[in-house]
Amino acid sequence: MTSTTASPRALHLSSKRARRKLARARRRRSFARSWTAYRSQRTGMVGLVLLGAIVVLAIGAPILIDESQLSVTQATGGRMEPPSAAYPLGTDETGRSILALTLWGSRLSLLIGLTATVVAILIGTAIGVTSGHIGGWYGWIALRISDWFMVLPSLVVAIALLAVLGRSMATTITVIALVSWSGTTRLVRAQTLTVQARPYLERARALGAGHWHQMTKHILPNVLPLVLASATLLVPSAILMESSLAWLGLGDPSVVSWGSILNRASDNGAVSAHAWWYLLPPGLAILIVVLAFMMCGRALEAVFNPRLRGER
Amino acid sequence: MTLLEFRDLHVTYTGSRGRLPAVRGVDLTVDAGETLGIAGESGCGKSTLAMAVLRLLPKSAEVSGRILLDGEDLLAMGWGRLRAVRWTGASIVFQGAMHSLNAVQRIGRQVAEPLLVHERTTPAKAARRAEELLERVGLPPSRARSYPHELSGGQRQRVMIAMALACDPGLIIADEATTALDVMVQAQVLQLISGLVAEKGVGLVMISHDLSVLSAVCDRAAVMYAGRIVEQGPAREVFANARHPYSAALGAAFPAIGDLAARKRPGGLAGDPPDPSRLPRGCAFAPRCAVAVERCVDESPELLPVPTGGSAADPVRTSACFVAQEGEPVVAQR
Amino acid sequence: MSLNDSVLSARDLRVEFGLPGGRVARAVDGVDLDVAPGEIVALAGESGCGKTTLARALLGLERATGGAIAFGGAPLRYSTRALKAYRRRVQLVLQDPSGALNPRHTVYDAVAEGLRIHGITDDEPGRVAEALSRAGLRPPEQFFLAYPHELSGGQRQRVVIAGALVLQPSLLVADEPVASLDASVRGEILSLLLRLKEEQGLGALVITHDLGLAWSIADRIAIMYLGRIVEQGPVEQVLTAPRHPYTRALVSVLPDSPVPEPVVLAGELPDASDIPGGCRFRPRCQEVASGAAAPVLHQCEGEDPEILGPESKPHVVACHLDRARMAV
Repeated sequence: MTSTTASPRALHLSSKRARRKLARARRRRSFARSWTAYRSQRTGMVGLVLLGAIVVLAIGAPILIDESQLSVTQATGGRMEPPSAAYPLGTDETGRSILALTLWGSRLSLLIGLTATVVAILIGTAIGVTSGHIGGWYGWIALRISDWFMVLPSLVVAIALLAVLGRSMATTITVIALVSWSGTTRLVRAQTLTVQARPYLERARALGAGHWHQMTKHILPNVLPLVLASATLLVPSAILMESSLAWLGLGDPSVVSWGSILNRASDNGAVSAHAWWYLLPPGLAILIVVLAFMMCGRALEAVFNPRLRGER
Repeated sequence: MTLLEFRDLHVTYTGSRGRLPAVRGVDLTVDAGETLGIAGESGCGKSTLAMAVLRLLPKSAEVSGRILLDGEDLLAMGWGRLRAVRWTGASIVFQGAMHSLNAVQRIGRQVAEPLLVHERTTPAKAARRAEELLERVGLPPSRARSYPHELSGGQRQRVMIAMALACDPGLIIADEATTALDVMVQAQVLQLISGLVAEKGVGLVMISHDLSVLSAVCDRAAVMYAGRIVEQGPAREVFANARHPYSAALGAAFPAIGDLAARKRPGGLAGDPPDPSRLPRGCAFAPRCAVAVERCVDESPELLPVPTGGSAADPVRTSACFVAQEGEPVVAQR
Repeated sequence: MSLNDSVLSARDLRVEFGLPGGRVARAVDGVDLDVAPGEIVALAGESGCGKTTLARALLGLERATGGAIAFGGAPLRYSTRALKAYRRRVQLVLQDPSGALNPRHTVYDAVAEGLRIHGITDDEPGRVAEALSRAGLRPPEQFFLAYPHELSGGQRQRVVIAGALVLQPSLLVADEPVASLDASVRGEILSLLLRLKEEQGLGALVITHDLGLAWSIADRIAIMYLGRIVEQGPVEQVLTAPRHPYTRALVSVLPDSPVPEPVVLAGELPDASDIPGGCRFRPRCQEVASGAAAPVLHQCEGEDPEILGPESKPHVVACHLDRARMAV
């Protein structure tokens, strides 16, 4: 235990601005500490670099390729041409460049993956914190509902929901979020119960703090780092889910995603035609993105979860 | 007859914060049949001293000096001999008995275990002896069939003592053995320990932060601060008539009831115990000392005989305080 | 504001917990206790006697299942708003200052928390600085941005106390305020409580297992055994001339005790779900064991020696034998 005396800071902190500035400096320092811990993990760094590259490509896609290349009617290539100088990854059944499609597909896959994760995390954290903190019959019901979502086969539920709600990007995001919030709820609830038992919550209650104050000032800040780590692990599963749904033909028909490329490939006999260039690029792209997120997530978990840190 | 002797013992831990000296030159003896109390607060090195006796310190600890048990150097001993010495020569009762007992083994088996390991008796004999030991520490022999969680804190502490007694050690070290216990249970355990010491004539080293308890149980007391012994003498004297300002403050932290001088006047020290990685140059206590003189800041005082009451230095009272060595009072007058 | 406006009193207070198997633990079993501003009352007893539950109930953190709590004569209500208003006046100081401070909050935030909860926005830095210096952390600005782990144990406990003082309460409830601190640091924290009482008229209920602590700072002391206060009165009287056999035993085992013969009670505190009938202390009572209580033994076995609160007499004892002796 380090119980050193507070180092005398000769700063006179009469003005509010000076104090805020120092508080910011402290926050920066604690961020720097986490960053140092993160940087020491090689897999985490590899994941981060990969992820950075993918995000740059996704954002830069409209600059790199002309959107007209995605149009079925304006396609210039032949039907399922193997890779060539003009089409480095070959073409699809309508003569579009697979490279252009895969690059463009990253935008939708990332967008859906991230949005669905954010929605799932919001639902999961809100329910996790409230059920852990308030408890009682509300906590019991919330827990049972999240259990129920956890044991349901998510793909089957997603398919059923999409069939009912119709195929669009918004419904895809909603459906993915709906089937993936329960894990976060569990995690957040467990952490909430741990924080809940700390004496500083008792102290806050004795000071007259209501539920809102306890949840926002004490529980959430202590839960968020873990949530962040679990979110990074949730993104790849959301991307996979989107790809699966799109591959099954349940994606938004008007947009290009990795899953929808694979769906068209199998619908148009790419497998029997041995058109590996049609199947491999979107498949590998999914694999790389999933891997990159996983690597970052595991590293973040090791930084924020003291128990994991202790074991290392 | 000298049972245990520390000669110029130094223990230094090396950790992420650099080298931390925990024990800085301790000379101490315990005679057979004697009870010695070691007082001090967390981080003063008193537990390190206890662990050093049975070589239970972590690998990162650097130990120098000598620890003699019955004239044999514990630090130079081979592992086989050391194993024999742990239990039969000396044994330790730690605080926090819940963590020292195996939760999934019956009490009787745990008490009998050292007998099986060290004395190679038959299991039936060992079990019978375990029941005897439990009776000696005031537990019904039927308790041998219980699991640790079925016992109260005081009962678990008794089990720990029974385990320490199992192989008839010549020396028992009790490290804060009663700290976590309630007053009444503490009294029960202290009574038990004192009774056993008187009956068997073993040596007892009792380590505690509570000088008043030590003064009631022990013959002699040594007070430690920042890895050194700062005062030594008859326990009652050290408590009632301290010759080091730190022992005086430590004694005042636990006032005797009925002592009108202590009523509504909680004694305490300004400041905090020193950080072992940044010890002051002179006397380690000087920054918190109310009677410190110029010399204390630059020179580190040695443990020397000090005058008590009369003019001549009393050979049994030693203090590492320049002020006390001059025969001046160590408590600032109010 | 007259002093009586801020007296915290409990009458026949009970807190019961349901246990598995339908048993009921009577953690607090009929307690009468008053704490007024300007006095320090010590509540002493062994672990498991219900003293922490009593403190939590007095703060409204645990709902009483029977009896009444009143503050300034008005009964304590459990509505959110009433509790919030009450908690401005009566504050809690916990045992372990390391756990009582959120490791992610700076000292400033920890102390200002009470102000923010109660919507006191004028001169927040000034109020925080004043509370810190009242708790002995000077100059306060130096500690504003320190995190708990950068402070020593004693400093942390001062921050906790400052966090309570910032709301200018009339009473503090301190649960073992120095038990986790180093021996040499304890005195300073106790002196602080004493000074707050003497200079600012703060009242305090100090819960402790350490009778020496009560001797150091308290005006009155209440000894608790198995959910009930068995003796209550001025510290000098209760500790130097204890009348209840349990108090006498507790005092007798201390070093340099004013009670000459040490009485080490056998056995341990019974379970709160299985409180003996008659006098709850009878099974362990040394007077019963020695036969000294023979004349009143039928009472000890059949009658619960209830005691009234401090308003009846300054020194009250729940013992049939003591009553018989006093009557003579």
